[in-house]
This record gives sequence, C-alpha cells and structure tokens, in this order.
Amino acid sequence: MKITPELVEHVANLARLELSGEEKERMEDQLGKILEYIGLLDELDISDVPPTSHVIDVHNVFREDEVKESLPVGKGLANAPERAGTAFKVPRIIEG
Amino acid sequence: MKLYNKTIHDLHEDLKEGRVSSTRITEDVFQRIDDVDDQVRAYLTLTRESAMESADEADERYRKGDFLGQLDGIPMAVKDIFMTDGVKTTCGSKILENFIAPYDGTVVAKVKDSGAVITGKVNMDEFAMGSSNENSGFFPTHNPWNTDMVPGGSSGGSASSVAAGEAICALGTDTGGSIRQPASHCGVVGMKPTYGRVSRYGVIAFASSLDQVGPLTRDVRDCAILLKAIAGHDPADSTSAKIPVPDYPSLLTGDVEGMRVGLPEEYFGEGLDPEVEELVRAAVTILEKRGMKPVPISLPSTRYAVATYYIIAPAEASSNLARYDGVRYGVRYPEAKGLMEMYKKTRSQGFGVEVQRRIMLGTFALSAGYYDAYYGKAQRVRTMIRREMDEAFSKVDVLLAPTAPTAAFPIGDRVDDPLRMYLSDVFTIPVNIAGVAGISVPCGLSSEGLPVGVQLIGPSFKEETLLNVAYAYEQERGEFPECPL
Amino acid sequence: MEYEPVIGLEVHAQLKTDSKLFCGCSTRFGKEPNANTCPVCLGMPGVLPVLNRKVVQYTVMMGLATNCRIAGESIFARKNYFYPDLPKGYQISQYEAPICEDGWVEIKANGEARRIGITRIHMEEDAGKLVHEGAFDSSHSSFVDLNRACVPLMEIVSEPDIRSPEEAGAYMRKLRDIVIYLGICDGNMEEGSLRCDANISIRPRGSDTFGTRAEIKNMNSFRFLQAALEYEFERQVDLIRDDGHVVQETRLFDSNRGVTSSMRSKEEAHDYRYFPEPDLVPLRIGPDWVEQVRQSLPESRDEKIGRYVGEMKLSEYDAQVLTSDPVTARFFENVVRGGAKPKAASNWVMGEFMRLVKEAGVEAAKITPEQVAHIIMLVETQAISGSAAKAVFEQVFDTGQDPDRVVKEQGLAQVSDEGAIREEVQRVLDDHPDDVARFRAGKQKVLGFLVGQVMKATKGKANPKLVNEILRELLSK
Repeated sequence: MKITPELVEHVANLARLELSGEEKERMEDQLGKILEYIGLLDELDISDVPPTSHVIDVHNVFREDEVKESLPVGKGLANAPERAGTAFKVPRIIEG
Repeated sequence: MKLYNKTIHDLHEDLKEGRVSSTRITEDVFQRIDDVDDQVRAYLTLTRESAMESADEADERYRKGDFLGQLDGIPMAVKDIFMTDGVKTTCGSKILENFIAPYDGTVVAKVKDSGAVITGKVNMDEFAMGSSNENSGFFPTHNPWNTDMVPGGSSGGSASSVAAGEAICALGTDTGGSIRQPASHCGVVGMKPTYGRVSRYGVIAFASSLDQVGPLTRDVRDCAILLKAIAGHDPADSTSAKIPVPDYPSLLTGDVEGMRVGLPEEYFGEGLDPEVEELVRAAVTILEKRGMKPVPISLPSTRYAVATYYIIAPAEASSNLARYDGVRYGVRYPEAKGLMEMYKKTRSQGFGVEVQRRIMLGTFALSAGYYDAYYGKAQRVRTMIRREMDEAFSKVDVLLAPTAPTAAFPIGDRVDDPLRMYLSDVFTIPVNIAGVAGISVPCGLSSEGLPVGVQLIGPSFKEETLLNVAYAYEQERGEFPECPL
Repeated sequence: MEYEPVIGLEVHAQLKTDSKLFCGCSTRFGKEPNANTCPVCLGMPGVLPVLNRKVVQYTVMMGLATNCRIAGESIFARKNYFYPDLPKGYQISQYEAPICEDGWVEIKANGEARRIGITRIHMEEDAGKLVHEGAFDSSHSSFVDLNRACVPLMEIVSEPDIRSPEEAGAYMRKLRDIVIYLGICDGNMEEGSLRCDANISIRPRGSDTFGTRAEIKNMNSFRFLQAALEYEFERQVDLIRDDGHVVQETRLFDSNRGVTSSMRSKEEAHDYRYFPEPDLVPLRIGPDWVEQVRQSLPESRDEKIGRYVGEMKLSEYDAQVLTSDPVTARFFENVVRGGAKPKAASNWVMGEFMRLVKEAGVEAAKITPEQVAHIIMLVETQAISGSAAKAVFEQVFDTGQDPDRVVKEQGLAQVSDEGAIREEVQRVLDDHPDDVARFRAGKQKVLGFLVGQVMKATKGKANPKLVNEILRELLSK
C-alpha cells in the first residue's frame, strides 16, 4: 500500500486534523511503514472466515422504556468551552 | 514493613484487629507520595481531602465492626482513564486538561462502595495509546526500580504507584497489554480479565471491543480481592456478561496438581531477550514442582496479532475520539473563524503525536475503498486467532508465556520508532484479540535489577483458575524483592 | 422524447417512546435547551449506549405492517461524521444487517393500485438541534441544543418504484396511516415527527435504465413533497433536453419559492466509515418474538375500511372519513359496540361529533361513545326528536352529563300524547285558514309549513311522525 501526500491530506481532513507540511511528511513515512508491516496479513486467504466484531457471545441486551432523571443542566454544561444560556455555543457553521 | 508496602489482605487484618487505622495508612501513603513522587511522577491529580474523609468513614465502620469487606479503608490509585465525579479526568490528554467528570463510572462507584480510599488519578499514555507512558500529554512517569527507565504503559502510573508504595493497589485498563506490560516492568501483579467480565461504563474508550478494566496489586491474593470487587454484569454496559462472579479470594487453594500448562512455541522465538526467556522458563519449573504438566502448544496465528491489532484498535479509536471536538467539553482552540477551523485546530493542538497517528491510521482503515482490505480483513483474522486460542484451551488449562520481550527500557529509547514500540506488545495483544484473560506475575530480576513478569493466559470467564495457578506459582516462588526506591 | 421520473423515498419516523433510544432521558420537549440530557446523550467520555426494547418492538411492528422480512440477526453500526449537533462524532444507526428488509406497501394513485417496494427499515438515533444567530450566511455563532439527540428514529427506505409526485404523496400518506394506526409515531410532518428525503432521476418513458439522481431534503408537508418533486422533475427534463446532465448532489427545497437548489456547503465527499458498533451486542429476533408482535398488531386502516364496507355496509366514502384517524375510528366502533346501528353511528360520528371536534378540538370532547349510542337509541325509540337530540348531543359533548338528565332538565322529552298533539294541530289549522285552503287546492308543500308551525308551538317536543299523521287526517276531513 503506497501512501501518497493526497491520501494523507484526505484522511486528515476526514479526521478533522490539521497537519503542518513537516508533520504530513512524517505521517506519510510512518503510516507507510506501519501499513507495510500490516501487509503481513496479505499472506492469509481467509475470505471464508467470518468476521468477529463482538468477542463474546451475548445478544439482545435491552433497557425498558422508562424515563430516568436527566443530568442537572448546569452539570452537563459545566465543561463547555463556550455557552449561551443553557445551549452550547460554537463558531458559525459556514465552512471553508 | 512500612504500611505503604503492605498488601490489601494484610492491612485488612490489621484494620480488623484494630492494630492500625485507615487514616494512618492513608496518611502514610500520602507521606510516601510526598517523598518519592517527584522522582516517579505517577500522579496527575491527588484527592487528599476526600481520601482522608473516606479513611475516616472506614475507621468508623471498623470501630463498629461493620466494615464493607477487604477493600474497606485501603488506599487505591485510579488510572486517569476512569470517570470520577467532580474530579479532574484527563485521560492523559491535553484536550481534557480542564475536564471535570460529571459522573462516576461503574467500577469507580463499585470500589467506592467497597470502602476503598481513592488517593488520586494516575498518569497514563494519552488515551491509553502507548507502552511506555512517554505519550502522556503532561509528563512521563518513571520506573521506581530505576527512574531512568519507563514504567511501561499505558497503565504506567498505576503500576509504578503500586510498586513505589504510593498506593496499595490500583485500577488500570488493558487494550493490548496496558495492565500486564507495566505490571511486568514494575514488578507487580496485573490482570486483564475476560472481555465482558468488568463493566466499561465510565472508562474513557480507546478501542471498545478490546478495552478491559483490571487490577494492579502487590500479590495474587490482592488481585483476586480487587477483581471480586469490580467484576460483574452492569446494566449500563451491554457488553458486560451476565455470568455470576465467583468468590475469587476463597478459591485460591494453590492446588494445581495435574493441571496442564501450555507453552506456545511462538511466544519463545525471535525478539525475546534471552535473560527474560530464562526467567520465564524457570517459572515453568516452579509450576512443575506444584504438579503441573507442561505441554508444548502451537499458536501459528500469533504472528498476525500485532498487525490485526493495529487495524482494529486505531479504527475503533478514530471513532471513539471523534467526540473530542471542542463543542461540549475539553480545551477548544479559541480563535477559530469557522467551525472547520475550530475542529481542526482544537484536535491537532489537543491531541499528541501518537494519538493523531492512530486516528489517521484508523480513519484510513475504515475509509471508503480500504475497509474490506483492512478493517474487514482484520476482523476475520481476529476470528482465526480466537478460534486457535479456544482450541488451545481444549488441550490445556492455562498458557504460559513472557509478558514482554524485554525488561523496562530507557526513557526516550523508542519514541521515534512507533513500529518498534508496537512490536513490544506482541505477547500481550493476542489475549485482547481473543477476549480471554491474562495475568502477569513477577518472576525475577534481570541482571540490571529490573523486574520481569511471567504471563499466564486462561480461557474466558475462568479467572478463578488463572488466579489459582498464579497463586500456586507465587507461593512456590517465594517472596519477591522489594523495590529499592 | 417523453420522460418519466424514478423516485425513491427515505422516510424518518420519530418513534413514540417515553425515553430516548440509548438512555433514560425523556423524549418530551419544550424544556430549556439541554434540559433533557445526560452523560450518554451528551456524548461524555466513557459512556455506553443501552438499547430501548420498545424501539425494537415498534420497528418490528412496522416491518410486519409493511410485509418485510424480520432479520434473524441484526446489528448496529456507527456512521462517522463531524457536526456540532452530533455529540459523539458518530451516529448509531444500522448499515449491514438492518432489522427489516424486502417489504412492500400498496398505494392507490390515479385510481390505480400499485405496489411500492421497501428496501429496508432500520433504527437510528436523532441528532440535536442547531440554532443560528442572525442570518445563516452572516451569523457568528450557532447554538447547540441536544434535547433531541438520541431520540429514536426509524428510517424506511423505499425501492425506486415511485413514478410520479402523486404516487410519492400517496406512498407517504400510506406510511403515515400505518405508523399512526400502529401507534408508534404521531405522523406529524410539520413538527418533524415524520420526515422525508427523496431521490429522483429521470429516464425516457418505457426505458429500464436509471439516470443520475439528485437527493432532495427539507420537504415537511405532503404538499411540499409533491411540489418539490414536480419542480425537480421539470428541472431535470429541461437539463437533459438542453443537452446538459444531472449532477449527483443534495438539493434543498425552498417552499417559499417552490424551487430546489444545490446545497453547496455539503458538497464535500461523504465517507461515513461505517463499522459495526462494538458497544452494542447483536439483536436476535426469533420466530416466537416475531409471532408475538404479529399477534399484537392492531387492525390497519385498510382492514378497517374493508370491514366497515363489507360487514357494516357503510359506503366507501363514510369508511374513509371515519378512519381518517384512529381516534375517530375507535370512537365510532365503540358507538356501535354500545348498541347503535352502524349507519346511525356513522351519521352521528361524521356529523355532530366531527363537527364539534373540529370546532372545539378533540380534547374538549367529554362525550363517551356509550352516551352517543344512548342518544341514538333515544331518537330511534322516539323518546326525543332529531332536533332535540342535536341539542342533547352538544350539551353532553361539552359537559359529559348523562343524556337522560339533559333531556329531563331541559324538558326535551318528545310528546307522543295523541290528544295533546291533536289539540295543538287543530289550533294551528284554525290560525292558518288560508294555508289550509291552499293545501286543499293541491299545494302539498304547505304541509311542511304546517308541521313546522306545530313543532314550533310545541317547542320541538311533539313527535313529528304523529304530527304528520294527525295533520293529514284533519286536513282530509
């Protein structure tokens, strides 16, 4: 798997990370090495093996439809970087 | 022996007999913290005041004879990954530098209900990503056996605090070895229980399908005591199993006569320090003296475990860490002109290098066009590794292996080579991938005087067997040297 | 060349549960921002979701009502994207292995019955609400309210089987009827309990290929849905006719101008990086569970209409009106159960009852179906007249009082005493000699006037049948 600067840029954008030019280069290099190592898995033909997303055999876990007390609104907002009344405040949405 | 170096079970006897008070023990531990923590740097936050209050309450209970159990009045350090109501909880990250948790996680609530005295929050690799504690967003923790060395990670603060007498026991989490490896490096006992044995509610998620909470203690009995206190189904964690919790401490008989211990050949090959190998093999001999039969075993998929792990864990992490966006909590980049800039600056300035690397890796592994070749494939290999492990446990009761390929390494030694750092988890990672249980028990000192651990691995939800074998080993091994600090 | 639209709808229905999908916070709004939140729906570090059983129950109900196959095993997935109204940075939804697949509903459009296929139905959590300061383009800040975050939604995805805006409207109405009758969603489009996105492309009529499609959002009424699709169809036809091509994009419907326009800000390529949600375990819905839900399904609107027409011999029109909402239908059925004949019950429910409900609102209705049945019985036994009955009905509707008591208190009991009526009739005849003469000269219409005079004189209490008989008798002398 060849890691290109464009791919690093694209992935950083998806992940909402901003990398400097130097950081991008280092990322490209390190991701390349890690993915090269991960390429070890290519020697396996396991298309007939089912995937495991849950390692224990548990299913159908529910809660009943009962209302529980919410967090006191001040406590939920206590860590907010910026707030207005009881709402979280964020910079304008327009992107770019 | 100093109070701060005693075990939970010894201190409990002392408390019960009125020979000592929890207040006294707690003061002693805090004195020890004051004396040595500038060298060890295990703690991020001390909760001295509330600890003294808890100790006082415990003493009141002991006076009345209605103590809550063996943990009552025992000072305990908590990894900063656990949400603790009203206490700063950073997960070792700058992005949560100012974050006060608004609730107690289930495990924290459980140990509080058992009367444990929480001394504070201990250091860790940022978001539990690391094997040396050098990835802490604040400062690295040092190994109490030799402060030039790393304590291991990510639960490095937990392991070093117990080793240095800065806590009697500690809570940690283990996603790829994060309890067992630092336990090995710091000469303490550390256990990763079966996935689903302990609730993850209130544990800041790294990789949800791999994360598990576990104890770090001075000996196996303490480990059994702490596991008993934290294990069990939690309605708030759908992945916690509804399987009854055995009374682990009372099942420690030390009788392992006729049991079979598997030696997976893949764990004794390339990359294993010969000195470590010698100490680990000596542990086999010790178990043989107790009547256990060594059985050679092969787990050929072991060679794929690290590659599998470094797809699954970063993929899940990339999603778990999306919530740190500067909107509802955490440190926000203050001068952003728009939303996109706020997101990007907040996250790139808040997260450390390793965290960003793993977010990148995981985002890539899940992205369109790559999912099947990476995440999808890793999940299939996961099945293979798990099946192989299950099959091994149809032949043997436990597996025995090194915990880490080497003893603790010098601080700064591996920071520039992430892949080399990743490979140091080669013996612990398969346990998380298979979801089974593993424990690291100190088995000797290297020629440099650094502790080495032996790892025992047991089948799912058979922690009592694993603990009993570890206990038998510990009895036969004898007293482990005290940390020189 | 003639073109036809190819339309598929993605409908989101908010499920009527008391608590949210993955936590115990209330789903009732109206409180201050973020009052209905907890660590789980705020996406605090360390939290885990736990699935609300009722949401599964409701979604299976919907699946069965729309002829879907209920998956034996189904899983949740994370849909990853950043937006301030999405607390965790991912939405818990279903991707592979949704709970219901391969269903259909039958719609009628332009008098023709058609089957619209349903690809899948799945469960997911709603996002929060963003409020913008000032105009959208010039605002400096936005405000996040997470009261709505984690409220349960069910997404119903249709096959691209819809061939006209009218059919799209009919399909939407059908889904609305179904969810309302199942009692799992209030079906209110204006308030957003039922939302709809449309995928539309065009192709030469009769072709079986698919063109490039546009996705349209923000159509919050049946009227807007049709208007948006009509506009978009014309737009795409014009584009193709001008040798242009349709761009695959998301478009927003502007209901003020009646046009759709491109949502440029969202043009960024989406890559949701779905993967199985590790915090939730798989769902296994065995045949027993499915059967249990099937048994519990209430009668659908179509079934009711069939029964009203078939068994109760009502007209198709009456059946449609009575079933326009399940509350009215249930009321009507209880009137019948209370002893009224279906036709009479239908007349009273469609007439007085629906008129008063329309005026005063359904909450104002104090009258019970049993009371309606009793009033109908009073009319049929001639204990009160039809006009008196209306007065009684209105009074009972407002107050819930016993109809018999109202009749008694207001002296509305019908006079059937022949002697008394004969006296009244004679008096009226004596007072109107001209009219009597006109009747005898063949003006039959005058009879109605004379009946009216008698009723007036008796304050409406006289039995009109008797009044008629006696009038005719005396006039023929």
